[in-house]
Amino acid sequence: MAVVETRNLTKVFKEGELGAVNDVSLATEEGEFLVFLGPSGSGKTTLLRMIAGLETPTSGEILIGGQLVNHLSPRERRIAMVFQSYALYPHLTVYKNIAFPLKAQKVPKEKHDAKVQWAAGLLGIGRLLDRKPRELSGGERQRVALARAIVREPAVFLLDEPLSNLDAKLRASAREELEQFQARVGTTTIYVTHDQVEAMAMGDRVVVMEKGKVRQIGTPADVYDEPADTFVATFLGSPPMNLVSAGGTITGFRPEHFLPARAAAIPDSVPMRLAFSHEEYLGAERILYGTLADGSCAGAKVVSRIASTHAGVFAKDTTYDFAVEKRHLKLFDEATGIRKR
Amino acid sequence: MSAGAKREERWLAPAMFLPAVFYILALVGVPLVLAVLYAFSDARIGGSGFHLVGLENFRSILQSPGFRKAIRNSIVFTLSAQVIVIVCSNILATALEEPFRGRGLVRFLILLPWVAPVSLGTIGWKWILDSIYSVITWVLVALHVYKPYSAPMWLGEPNLAMASVVLVHCWRLIPFSTVIMLAGRSAIPKEIPEAAAIDGAGFWRTLFQIKIPMMTPILSVAVLFGIIFTFTDMTVVYILTAGGPFDSTQTLPSLAFATGIAGSDLAAGAAISLFLVPVLIAVAYLMLRVAHRSEVA
Repeated sequence: MAVVETRNLTKVFKEGELGAVNDVSLATEEGEFLVFLGPSGSGKTTLLRMIAGLETPTSGEILIGGQLVNHLSPRERRIAMVFQSYALYPHLTVYKNIAFPLKAQKVPKEKHDAKVQWAAGLLGIGRLLDRKPRELSGGERQRVALARAIVREPAVFLLDEPLSNLDAKLRASAREELEQFQARVGTTTIYVTHDQVEAMAMGDRVVVMEKGKVRQIGTPADVYDEPADTFVATFLGSPPMNLVSAGGTITGFRPEHFLPARAAAIPDSVPMRLAFSHEEYLGAERILYGTLADGSCAGAKVVSRIASTHAGVFAKDTTYDFAVEKRHLKLFDEATGIRKR
Repeated sequence: MSAGAKREERWLAPAMFLPAVFYILALVGVPLVLAVLYAFSDARIGGSGFHLVGLENFRSILQSPGFRKAIRNSIVFTLSAQVIVIVCSNILATALEEPFRGRGLVRFLILLPWVAPVSLGTIGWKWILDSIYSVITWVLVALHVYKPYSAPMWLGEPNLAMASVVLVHCWRLIPFSTVIMLAGRSAIPKEIPEAAAIDGAGFWRTLFQIKIPMMTPILSVAVLFGIIFTFTDMTVVYILTAGGPFDSTQTLPSLAFATGIAGSDLAAGAAISLFLVPVLIAVAYLMLRVAHRSEVA
């Protein structure tokens, strides 16, 4: 177990261009599950690959367990990585795939079998050991990749979108398993994903990235409830936070806090009027679309999310009273997008 | 589908096939049949008689020391050329895989020996290795490695001649093999060697336990093609040494040519060339098996 730290880490692929990763400084905690979240091209995978030693930083430092590792090869960093494609060795059986790191790290041969069995048992793939990767399903391959990663008990796990090749149903159960598995082995883990649900569900903390920069680091509740800027506010949440601008300030509020006035019969709320346009029924909830009707922000598109148990019936092109509790309003600077309060 | 279209389809496939069949029959089939026929006869160039003599030709060939030497030379020639070609083309492919400035030009230059006509390239080498005008000897003398009068005769001493023939042949085959290796390497997803690096494998372990095993199908194609090209080649031998000195570089094809055409003993030449057949059949069988296996996988 170890802490991973980056100091002013930058990676520029082409001279003169903006860095894929720009001046990133962050640190994991001991045994933490840290998630790098961002859209594609945000630099999250490049950052992970630099930590792994597969990519050389243009500048900045990487420390693992307090030791500077910039000039160490991947194998000297005591890390394990699971790739998006799993990168299993196709010509080797599952057993030999899992044993490969042991062989490569010159672990004494007589210990191999016990370790392989331990890793395979932990992931429930004991019966697959004689198979070749091509004979396995997506979920089984993912487990083999994980088993290969844990078998030599690394100091840090690096996972690059390991669930994105699984179908939706399997992904949910694999997510839960992975989370419990990490909690059990307690190894510091860095997990890259573009899926906010995965990030929120699994991460102890989430690092939100955009265009090579860290926008915010915080617990899932932090980044969701107290976004640091408008990017974080709109990247997290589905539908995203409503943003209406007036007088140099952007006001943001989550759709689930933007409620029909009677339902929000709470003191200290801001009344608004919604010109309703249409609605989506999603089973557990309803999404109401429309524009603000009057005031300084009239015409701004807004979305409300209410429980489908809500009895209200809304008619097209009609205006309704809505309200947002004051404490749910987030204010951002219009020029920079940075949170004011 | 109408009856007419059906009939058309029935004839279309054979019609498309026919030129290839004709080509193979005329240029491979007929000569092969002739070779078999000659091998059991007493045919001679310029001779008018043609009698079947059974196994007589084979009996006399097997007893001739020249033939046994040619078989041994063929094996040495083929195996050593293959080993050198595979090792060198692997090294080249590894070097050419990483992007660097001018890689396109280097790739083009490396491919040149394969594109140039064999005979022209070999004649060039004949001059490079010449006993009087050799530039290699000239350089070695200028560097005081050898005295002018005791310089090695590259094509005049049995072992040096064999080595020269093998190396010139390698010079010609390496580009071809390198291209195949590059194709094989580019078929390996880049995460696989990365995963190996993270798992702790160094350069050699990644090469021998991951990359080469993953390239086995394409590697075997390169080896099998190389064996065919080498085992049946006579251009390099014929131009460089014509089998000499003292038959020390005579291989099966060049011996067949020397006996059958130059020596006008058509029957004996045909019998010698038939000894190529079993090897080529075995190689063809292996190639088909490799192709089939990679189709299944």
